[in-house]
Amino acid sequence: MAFHETKLPEDAPVAQKALSWVDDRFPLTKLWNDQWGKYYAPKNFNVFYLFGSLAALVLVIQIVTGIFLVMNYKPDANLAFASVEYIMREVPWGWLVRYMHSTGASAFFIIVYLHMTRALLYGSYRKPRELIWLFGVGIFLCLMAEAFFGYLLPWGQMSYWGAQVIVNLFGAIPFIGPDLSLWIRGDYVVSDATLNRFFAFHVIAIPLVLLGLVVAHLIALHEVGSNNPDGVEVKENLGPDGHGVDTIPSHPYYTTKDIFGVACFLFIFSAVVFYAPEFGGYFLEYNNFIPADPLKTPAHIAPVWYFTPFYSILRATTSQFMYALIIGVLAYGALIMTKTQLPSRQKQAAMGIAVVTAILMLVFDAKFWGVVLMGVSVLIIALMPWIDHSPAKSIRYRPDWHKWVYIVFGISFLILGYLGVQAPTDGRTLVAQICTIIYFGFFLLMPWWSKMGEFKPVPTRVSFKPH
Amino acid sequence: MKLMKKLLMVLALLPALSLASEGGYPLDHAPDRSRQMSSLQNGARLFVNYCLNCHAASLVRYNRLRDIGLSEPQIRDNLLFTSDKVGDLMKTAMNEKDAKAWFGAVPPDLSVLVRAKSSSAGSGADYVYTYLRTYYQDDSRATGWNNLVYPNVGMPHVLWELQGVRKAKFVEEKDPHEAGKMVHRFAGFQQVTPGKLSQYEFDSQVGDLVAFMDWMSEPVKSKRQAIGFWVLLLLAFLVLLTWRLNASFWREVK
Repeated sequence: MAFHETKLPEDAPVAQKALSWVDDRFPLTKLWNDQWGKYYAPKNFNVFYLFGSLAALVLVIQIVTGIFLVMNYKPDANLAFASVEYIMREVPWGWLVRYMHSTGASAFFIIVYLHMTRALLYGSYRKPRELIWLFGVGIFLCLMAEAFFGYLLPWGQMSYWGAQVIVNLFGAIPFIGPDLSLWIRGDYVVSDATLNRFFAFHVIAIPLVLLGLVVAHLIALHEVGSNNPDGVEVKENLGPDGHGVDTIPSHPYYTTKDIFGVACFLFIFSAVVFYAPEFGGYFLEYNNFIPADPLKTPAHIAPVWYFTPFYSILRATTSQFMYALIIGVLAYGALIMTKTQLPSRQKQAAMGIAVVTAILMLVFDAKFWGVVLMGVSVLIIALMPWIDHSPAKSIRYRPDWHKWVYIVFGISFLILGYLGVQAPTDGRTLVAQICTIIYFGFFLLMPWWSKMGEFKPVPTRVSFKPH
Repeated sequence: MKLMKKLLMVLALLPALSLASEGGYPLDHAPDRSRQMSSLQNGARLFVNYCLNCHAASLVRYNRLRDIGLSEPQIRDNLLFTSDKVGDLMKTAMNEKDAKAWFGAVPPDLSVLVRAKSSSAGSGADYVYTYLRTYYQDDSRATGWNNLVYPNVGMPHVLWELQGVRKAKFVEEKDPHEAGKMVHRFAGFQQVTPGKLSQYEFDSQVGDLVAFMDWMSEPVKSKRQAIGFWVLLLLAFLVLLTWRLNASFWREVK
């Protein structure tokens, strides 16, 4: 097929001619329209729907400030700590760039947790949005890796010992553990070799994967269309123009709304950057102002706040708790046997897996299972599209007691986060264990509880009050 | 066996993995003199005279002290002991080998010490302020000195001439948390020889020194806060503007 050049009148504006020239060679206008300009989104979005664009903004902040930090940072065990302070003191506006990056890390997690909460409340992961959710889980994992690798770079005491503790966790894996953690560190302790590889992961490897996943997340979203607080499929109600009657083009309506959200976010973000960059030791831990010393273990090693819920689950897994877990695993196997309509072969396989897991729980020690539980607690969210069997997507049309299930789950998650920064006592460990059971119970029992109760009728149109 | 050892190592680290409750001597509140140039300058003088002999502040340049109202000639004439260029970093004259032999450890670099010492018990300035004022004579220690905030500290009481020699009184008490155990409770100081300064003057001098160390740990702090005001003002305006802009577009959505 011959190439066809679009002919514009001689007196057309130059910009229009240039765009036409590009569009003939690259689908610029089409991309813009498909992805945003003529992307029709439900008109009933609430404040929860701001966090997607805010996450994108923080990603850009992190990348741009990161680039400038790398210009002056030295990934060398002898120079790293001083080079960060050099940025803080001698590089013009270096302090601002560094504080934006350190505050941005925590802001990223706050926004992403809220973004995920939105998905949970309105069932945004349900068919046909499973892949959006899976890409999102991938982004969350990348973010955790990015935060973990980045935290070593200032080479303070918390950086050093935090990395030491987390890498040692891999040592708990039977048979290959010690060699695996040695391989990750590249040395017998966290050292210059570790710093260099973590630097490489932090500035190149993970960001590349992260950006790819973000693009995939957005393409998938704009392919199937956005969910909304009512969980109504707006594509089932098309108007004469072929677009959903309850939808509006993202541009200009969500452009202006997102810009308003950006302004509000930047206000809060700047208040932290300029007035409380350490945020009481939660965003920048005080101990990290002491240079890393491999010979001095700090009295307190606490992970940064965004990891503490999962870290609490690790700590809650004591050898006594293993008995509770073994009972739990066997009971879950029995539940699948008796309360599902699966083919009998699958039922037997599930029971078999449960029995084998229970035996392995007796063989390997609690330390290893703590690591397993911590990993599973992060990964289990990937199952959401397949374990939620509720007839209504949105919490608005679920039975009232479902709200309480979500509230109890949310509170347990927050308690786990709180306990993760506290010293363990017998009482606190017990609370963490109860919260751990609630956390896993929420997901593992979801196939049953999510379809129980009186559901309210889901309307065919979204509920929207004109402003 | 190797696996066991690794596991034990990890397990041994686990209790340390959290913030333990902050026991220890309650911290006094350091006076806020972050905006008093004369205090900061006096603090700089004290720092150079008393601290810099053993400690370095190797992330701070002498000429950064222009930020607290000193001119380069003033810095050169009054504060430059360990080097001869005002653009130099505040290194110490003492070498690490001697330091290890004399004190058992290299005295820590003080550049960001105040930030590092913040905790739930008080700010880093509170910590250093209380620490420098709670030395007491203790003949059981190699240096002859001990400290309430940092028990068995390796550093001697450098400011003893100013404060004078003090002894600490302790009483033995039953441990309220553990039956049958006794605890050593601090019950006041006893002045042995008078210092050059009264207690009030001494506290004030330490206040100046701590104010300087606090400034030194983040020289940009006051500038950061000053800029922050204008940034927030601008953003507040932007919030208002974008709010109305958004509202005007959404008015047509029925």
